[in-house]
Amino acid sequence: MPETTAAPAETGRPAPKGSAGSRPALRLARLRDFALVPAIIAIAIVGQIVHPIFLQADNIINILQTMSEISLLVLAQALVLIVGKMDLSLESTFGLAPGVAAWLTVAVGTGSGLGLLSGFWAIPITLAVGVLVGVVNALFIVRFGLNGFIVTLGMLIVLRGLLTGISGGQTFFNLPESMTYLGSAMWFGVPASIWICLLLFAVGVLVMGFTGFGRSLYAIGGNVDAAKAAGIRTDRVLWITLIAASVLAAIGGLLLTGRLASVAAAQGDGAIFTVFAAAVIGGVSLNGGKGTVFGAFTGILLLYMIQNVLTLAGVPAQWIEALNGAIILTALALSRLTGGKTQE
Amino acid sequence: MGASTSPSSVTGPIAEAERITKRYGETVALDGAHITITPGETHALVGRNGAGKSTLVSILTGLQEPDEGAIRFGGRPAPRLSERDAWRERVACVYQKSTIIPELTVAENLYLNRHDHNGLRLVSWKSMWKKAADLLETWSVDVDVRLPAKELGVEQRQFVEIARALSFGARFIILDEPTAQLDGAAIARLFDRMRAMREQGVTFLFISHHLQEIYEICDTVTVFRDARHILTAPVMELPRGDLVAAMTGEAAGLQERKARPSVPVDADVILDVRGLTDGDLYAGVDLRVRAGEIVGLAGLGGSGKTELAETIAGLRAPREGTVEVAGRRPRAGSVPDSLAAGVGLVPRDRHHQGLIPLMSIADNTTMTVPERLGTAGLVSGRRRDELAREMITNLAIKTPGPELPVNGLSGGNQQKVVMARALASDPRLLVLITPTAGVDVRSKEFLLAKVEEIAGKGTGVVIASDELDDLRLCDRVLVMFHGRVTTELAAGWHDHEMVAAMEGVELDA
Ligand SMILES: Nc1ncnc2c1ncn2[C@@H]1O[C@H](COP(=O)(O)OP(=O)(O)OP(=O)(O)O)[C@@H](O)[C@H]1O
Ligand SMILES: [Mg+2]
Repeated sequence: MPETTAAPAETGRPAPKGSAGSRPALRLARLRDFALVPAIIAIAIVGQIVHPIFLQADNIINILQTMSEISLLVLAQALVLIVGKMDLSLESTFGLAPGVAAWLTVAVGTGSGLGLLSGFWAIPITLAVGVLVGVVNALFIVRFGLNGFIVTLGMLIVLRGLLTGISGGQTFFNLPESMTYLGSAMWFGVPASIWICLLLFAVGVLVMGFTGFGRSLYAIGGNVDAAKAAGIRTDRVLWITLIAASVLAAIGGLLLTGRLASVAAAQGDGAIFTVFAAAVIGGVSLNGGKGTVFGAFTGILLLYMIQNVLTLAGVPAQWIEALNGAIILTALALSRLTGGKTQE
Repeated sequence: MGASTSPSSVTGPIAEAERITKRYGETVALDGAHITITPGETHALVGRNGAGKSTLVSILTGLQEPDEGAIRFGGRPAPRLSERDAWRERVACVYQKSTIIPELTVAENLYLNRHDHNGLRLVSWKSMWKKAADLLETWSVDVDVRLPAKELGVEQRQFVEIARALSFGARFIILDEPTAQLDGAAIARLFDRMRAMREQGVTFLFISHHLQEIYEICDTVTVFRDARHILTAPVMELPRGDLVAAMTGEAAGLQERKARPSVPVDADVILDVRGLTDGDLYAGVDLRVRAGEIVGLAGLGGSGKTELAETIAGLRAPREGTVEVAGRRPRAGSVPDSLAAGVGLVPRDRHHQGLIPLMSIADNTTMTVPERLGTAGLVSGRRRDELAREMITNLAIKTPGPELPVNGLSGGNQQKVVMARALASDPRLLVLITPTAGVDVRSKEFLLAKVEEIAGKGTGVVIASDELDDLRLCDRVLVMFHGRVTTELAAGWHDHEMVAAMEGVELDA
């Protein structure tokens, strides 16, 4: 046969009858989760060639730690995307939540701290701000049925403005110890933030893959009418997801605050592009209902490994940003090629 | 006639809807309509497209609240909308619009929101796959339950939905046009199953535009017209003519088809198909269609007629062979190329390949003809609405206006929009795949008359269908069986000849 490549499968509606037609598709579906693993191995090899310290434990820990905070934003965004919405405001919550905690707990005299509450309250406040932002987002998106993109874009600006307002545009220092502990402590010789990040991703994998709640996120993102007909309380699931996402962003912000022992007014500024890119490269669809938490993790890991290789290769810091953007676009193009489907 | 006879029985109704009114903006979908369903019966609900049948279904299954009126199950008021589980104990449903989630596996679609759990309260995929496979086996649906549902064909998807609805154990089941996408053999299987369940006391509300099915499987029939209840009667006491009259509100029954003038032998060949082959799907098909000729492609599901038609329309690429449209040879598998060559298409599945649900009727109908909407790539809204309005009147699409999003239309009216779109491009060749699926009897007559009219202007038409009404229109019908053209029947065939040919039975009359 001359034209075996003209596969009818490309029309999107093949009718697989026997097992012969169905097997490859099945295998493909499972492999999609691991689509980035070859790329990660390739980068590891390149990295090792560029600089022999790349694969040493210190460097790997360094990569994992620098990505641990933002990876929680990726986890949050992955959940929101799977349920069929998007949340741009995550990057502002990432700064505002620890910012408010610092504002209320840092003693008067240092920066714009109010010193109203003792350091003990720092973490509860951070989490509470996360919940509050999630509630406001959900109120607009779920309750009033507004478009998630435009609502969270508004929230992104409002929350960023709030942080600038309370901090007077300055950085909070002299944070209470409770705020810096998680971001700077070492557990079993590895930074606590890595443990926390890995733990939260593991929980994410478990919830999304193996609980009725997690599966309902896929159902809602895939076809909300069908999910309703199946008895899923779609509104409630959306509320919980949006709130959980904001809380994850707050925790991420807390970890970064701990590592840097400060909250800058611009904390998280501009992170959302990387977050979206990592999720999409990791196979999460912008149209909802598709992608996995594990995939999202490989997405952000790949981006940070590449960044690390660039630094090791001695690329000047001024150029890293431009290269980073270019790499993300390249990675998107590559994942389109390997994934075989158009990115939606 | 005209008065509603409420069936009196000792047990009382299993479900009843009373004085239901439902409005969508200015459209009144239900206007004080009522229905009473007795336990154990199979109750038909019929009416023209847009009569309000599916709206009643969504209210009866607790997806929507009526503006006025009440629902009762077994004499007791219906649960609140938020209590989905309570609704699902009382009524299961196959909705007209697919409720399959394409990205999830078949098994998960079957057991959505009622996953199996293991000791740790985690989803137990293994036992779910097993259960799903068993369930589908009883329906002889041969698919791997771990495939994403989007890989399924329309028919398999339909059976997954039916199997799911019947697996809930509810004693009252609503089927909203379950047969519109099924072929004869599959319908027979469904009916066997329904009869067996009726033996066990299951009650059905059955919606279909195929009136012969009503007579075959139902006990009682309720007719809705223009959002109102018209009558309820035992099926046996309502002859077909009266049923159609109740649906349409006109005394006249369906018209007899006039014989078509024969196509001149020297008419241009519009479609020239040679040696078309695609693995097991179809093989060695030759076909020539002349200007003004209507050619049918008949066959059951799996006969390859749909795939063949899709190949002709450029939706698929064949392994071997050529398709020539009006002397041009569009690139294989390229829809834009086929469009440019003058092909108009009504695809198999309107939800999947046909419509953009949130866009207006106007945008959907005129999507294929941007060049007629304005100059230099700019779309003139006024031109577009004019064109759309013309098609709405031409095809009798029931809508308040061209600006309504298509998902606000009833199922049959959506199908007409797909049809309108295919006609909009003034095609040289029209490829229609089950074009009248879900269209009511009178509109079907109307659509088919339109097809004839277009053929009369010199368009070649290919109709792939297993509906005898569609095929009767054709000048000749090629019958396919297991991927090969086995029989050719000229117009004037008898129903039993056609059915036998489709089933691959040799008839020596
Ligand atoms: N979401 C909606 N928005 C606006 N109008 C709607 C909506 N849903 C239904 N309608 C209108 O309500 C009327 C009844 O529609 P319904 O779907 O109940 O008809 P049907 O009897 O099921 O027709 P069919 O046989 O074509 O499926 C139609 O005129 C339709 O346009
Ligand atoms: Mg309907």
